Amino acid sequence: MDTIDTKSRGAQEFMKGIWKENPIFVSVLGMCPALAVTNTAMNSLAMGLATTFVLVCSSILVSSLRKVIPKPVRITAYIIIIATFVTIVDFALAAFTPAIHKELGAFIALIVVNCLILGRQESFASKNTIGLAIKDAVGMSLGFTFAMLCIGIPREVLGSGSLFDISLFGENFEPWVVMILPPGGFFMLGFLLLIFNWFAQRKNKMKNNLVENNG
Amino acid sequence: MDNLLWIFVSALLINNFTLAYFLGLCPFLGVSGKLQTAFRLGLANIFVMLITAACAYVLNTWVLIYAPYLRLISFIIVIASAVQFVEMAIKKLSPDLFQALGIFLPLITTNCAILGLALFSTNKGYGFVEGMIYALGAGAGVTLALVLLAGVREETKVLDIPSVIKGTAINLIIAGIISMAFMGFAGLFST
Amino acid sequence: MSEDQNITASKIEEEKEPSSLTLIFALGIAGFISGIILVGTYLYTLPLIEANKADAMKNAIFKVLPNCNSFKTLKLENGVLVEQKENEKQKKENDDEALVIYAGYNANKKLIGFAIPGSEPGFQDIIGAIFGYDAVNKKIIGFEVLESKETPGLGDKIFKNADFQTNFKALSVDPSIVLVKSGQKQADHEVDGISGATISSKAVVGLLNNTMSIWRKAIDDYIKKN
Repeated sequence: MDTIDTKSRGAQEFMKGIWKENPIFVSVLGMCPALAVTNTAMNSLAMGLATTFVLVCSSILVSSLRKVIPKPVRITAYIIIIATFVTIVDFALAAFTPAIHKELGAFIALIVVNCLILGRQESFASKNTIGLAIKDAVGMSLGFTFAMLCIGIPREVLGSGSLFDISLFGENFEPWVVMILPPGGFFMLGFLLLIFNWFAQRKNKMKNNLVENNG
Repeated sequence: MDNLLWIFVSALLINNFTLAYFLGLCPFLGVSGKLQTAFRLGLANIFVMLITAACAYVLNTWVLIYAPYLRLISFIIVIASAVQFVEMAIKKLSPDLFQALGIFLPLITTNCAILGLALFSTNKGYGFVEGMIYALGAGAGVTLALVLLAGVREETKVLDIPSVIKGTAINLIIAGIISMAFMGFAGLFST
Repeated sequence: MSEDQNITASKIEEEKEPSSLTLIFALGIAGFISGIILVGTYLYTLPLIEANKADAMKNAIFKVLPNCNSFKTLKLENGVLVEQKENEKQKKENDDEALVIYAGYNANKKLIGFAIPGSEPGFQDIIGAIFGYDAVNKKIIGFEVLESKETPGLGDKIFKNADFQTNFKALSVDPSIVLVKSGQKQADHEVDGISGATISSKAVVGLLNNTMSIWRKAIDDYIKKN
């Protein structure tokens, strides 16, 4: 009985980050990177992976130290932990993938103020076991990366006519340039939120209809 | 060498921190319901930015040369302390403003705009005066964006917006249109 | 009775706040461990990062100085060009504001010219570029954009358009470089602008002229001496 519960709980924590509590579409957290680096699909993916590394590592550390960190200074401690991992990612990218590091620029360092990461530490990792914290972190990161790609792929396809730097439409394609410019980021995210809300509303309506019909 | 006027106007209009670099979005989409609050939050931002720019310069010039890996952590500590300081100052000087800003004042700490300012300024290699002018322009730019969006939101409160798009979605699209308008400032300083 | 005592006892334990010393100690430890990890990462990645930077610079120099095989780094000291030693750190911590230029040599150790970095505000933001200067013939022989935020489809033609590049194969710097309308280049010192991207084109010309005026005299002196 117990193992089934923990297994399904773990799966639940993992899945919620991907859709139900998707950090970008639902809580609208961590938007600064979401809009700034999503002008190409490759950058979106790279940012998603970098955030994943920081979130998972931080969650593991915070969860293992949750009984040791004194409550009054916990936020400062979390920030120190997160900043350490972000600096590691920054140096690692500069050393191993200088091209991507140049594209993402200062936004790698800005992962440290991504409300998503600090939020997960405060609301979940500090109150749960390492196992659950990992699942939560991975789920949230996947949801974040998924959302980034949802924004980045259309922006690159429409704005540059390419996907992951592979030209899709040939020479005569007239790109919708605004999509790779800042306004495009705003429009794309607004549009995606609209779609997300529409799905959610439709689901509620269907649920209500079912209840009415059965009641 | 970038001249000071260009630095200021570039940060304020041509490469506005919020509308071109997406920095400082959380308060941008959260608090800017009322014009007054938005403006005051913007001013608090400017103040924190100026303090941060000064401290960043000191750190960059004399401390971080020996330990560049401590840049991020030291910047965050400086920002957190600056916000704490500004919070105490506001509490003392204007308790109603303190009430009005509520949770958003400590949230300036995680505001990408402040850290972004410190990082961009470092990357561009600005000296002390340039850094302060840059901070002033960036802060003014964020304030401008906050005020503009708050103004538009106040107008749209009485409009009949479809429920799917109400809330953050419509705010983002409005922000996108304002961002497009600001693109018109490019080339402001051509000879 | 004993149950109540137990409950009260645990309550007291919960409410006892950690002393300031404990807080400072905890944060101190956290900072210390974090510092060690960061120093380790830094030392491990530093050689790689430096190598990447050097590679990038080398590629840029070789692009703007045809047949270049090796180069020397020169900096300005009291108006005179002197060689910068290998390990000498540049004045500014980042390399954007270059206070150095590079003298390029071909396989026979003959001086081809100088690769000179420069920057100039463009349409959107600062344009960073490097160009090759043949000091003997007083011509620009190569041009490469390093950083640009110009408008995609218009301003970005300064590095995407092959026709614009042909301007810089043998561009005379005397009396000064002048921008002309697209297709109207006649004299050696004129640059064909990009139609629809006048301001970006002007910025490129401005970059060349302004940067040349900074280094011109020192380069001429250096040539005479060496």
